[in-house]
Amino acid sequence: MTTARRERPAETGTPIIEVRAISKIYAGGVEALNDISLEVPRGKLTTLLGPSGCGKTTLLKIIAGLIPATSGEVLVSGRPVTGPGPDRAFVFQDFALMPWASVLRNVAFGLELRGVSRSERDEVARRHIAEVGLAGFEDRHPHELSGGMRQRVGLARALAVDADVLLMDEPFSSVDEQTRRKFQEDMLGLLSAHGKTVLFVTHSIEEAVYLSDRIVLLSRRPSRVAQVIEPEIRRGDDPEAIRRHPAYLDTVETIWQGLKRYLD
Amino acid sequence: MTEVTPSLGSRKTGIRPARLQRNRLADLAIHPLTLRLATALILFSAWEYAGRLPVSPAFPGFVETMIAFADMAKDGSLLSALLITLQPLVAGLAISAVVGIGLGVAMGISRFTEWLIAPPFIVMQAAPMAALIPLLVFAYGIGLASKILTVCIMAMPVIVLNSYLAIRQTPASLIEMGRSFLGSRAQIILKIMLPSASPVIFAGLRLGAAAGFIGAILAELLITPTGIGDLITYNQSIAEYPKMYAAIFSVIALSVLFIEGLGKIEAAIFRREGRKA
Ligand SMILES: Nc1ncnc2c1ncn2[C@@H]1O[C@H](COP(=O)(O)OP(=O)(O)O)[C@@H](O)[C@H]1O
Ligand SMILES: [Mg+2]
Repeated sequence: MTTARRERPAETGTPIIEVRAISKIYAGGVEALNDISLEVPRGKLTTLLGPSGCGKTTLLKIIAGLIPATSGEVLVSGRPVTGPGPDRAFVFQDFALMPWASVLRNVAFGLELRGVSRSERDEVARRHIAEVGLAGFEDRHPHELSGGMRQRVGLARALAVDADVLLMDEPFSSVDEQTRRKFQEDMLGLLSAHGKTVLFVTHSIEEAVYLSDRIVLLSRRPSRVAQVIEPEIRRGDDPEAIRRHPAYLDTVETIWQGLKRYLD
Repeated sequence: MTEVTPSLGSRKTGIRPARLQRNRLADLAIHPLTLRLATALILFSAWEYAGRLPVSPAFPGFVETMIAFADMAKDGSLLSALLITLQPLVAGLAISAVVGIGLGVAMGISRFTEWLIAPPFIVMQAAPMAALIPLLVFAYGIGLASKILTVCIMAMPVIVLNSYLAIRQTPASLIEMGRSFLGSRAQIILKIMLPSASPVIFAGLRLGAAAGFIGAILAELLITPTGIGDLITYNQSIAEYPKMYAAIFSVIALSVLFIEGLGKIEAAIFRREGRKA
């Protein structure tokens, strides 16, 4: 990749997101989150893992500033979140692509909303489209793409605004198995090349262990932080070797045991 | 969870069982144009048959009507009548489109405007609006204004309600996407809600245009006979029934062509996006 890498502050590992005692009760009385506190280290990939309906999306949207918390606060780079900001970019589970717009316009849309000139934003968008492996599809419309390709468009759009933090909600859930592995590997490469901080939601244990530096295990609703796990897996190895590595298998097993307690 | 399933995943790749090879003739037989021509042929034959029975001495057959149509087209009376009818129609439709879409969108984006103006339009769509024509005449006289307003009260409700529902149906995740990428409210309305709503708004325009044609003819029959309405009432009064039906035919044909034309524009705009109106 020939992308210019931005200089990052050296403090990789210090918390960039701090979630402090967040609770969320939806209008109607559904208690989604109960006193959640967690930290997301800068430049790392952190996963929110938990059973379906436990409030993962809710927490991610609160961090994104899309919905308010009932109590508690979220700090991003030390500043309290009051709404969406340029420091965070969201990758949506259902892609949230505009069906009437081309891939190019969809990817450039974040920049368009910021008033970046046409030529400049198109150039940036083309670069990120190529990066996620969609060069040549710039003028297609979303309905002409597969689920995996649409999700890549969503990822390119989030990369194009160059936010520090990517918030990704189950980005692989609608992608078939073969595509998913390839996509996961591509994404790992891409994100480490850009030095992004990623907070990533999944309900797949294997996916969490394979991808993340830190796993935050959430219990059933109203969810709390059940456990924080940091898989000791060397990245950069052959992906298949990682999946056979004892440390990988052990971690999967530990999490599975931890989760089982909440599944009854 | 991440076992590699030997996926027979044609679901995603769009491979379908091989289509049976249809023969050319069958393809031609179900072509939309063939179907339409067949419908027209059946309709016109039935008309001609009914005219020859005759159902009533005041009901000419298709051929007789077409001859009268050709005569009136030749002597220019049809064209000049259509041009007169088109005046309140075009003005009324233009006003209905602009005001109707404006009101509908306003209702779609604001709870307050919805509360304020949705109820009357819901009533208007359900009520027989033609009953209001005498009231319009009382208030605005028998001139062009009343006729334009007749077109408006017929065309506007469906345009307003379609626009309103279309805006309301903008996928929540697209709006959330706009907010998360720091779009202002105006940007979200202009760049997300309006494009998302446009196929349904367009469909509302098409329905509104059809209702507007009815309004224009009603106005000419009920307020003062002008244009096509005049041709219909005049030829009826002198028992020139073929001409009367030719006038009716001309306005129906114009309406069908106009609405087909709108449909074509719609298809051209939205086909590329893979959206149906
Ligand atoms: N807008 C909402 N209003 C009311 N309840 C909601 C809303 N969104 C989500 N919920 C509820 O909150 C709980 C958590 O939802 P969500 O965060 O989507 O879970 P997850 O992403 O972990 O599957 C669920 O029980 C869901 O039904
Ligand atoms: Mg979710």
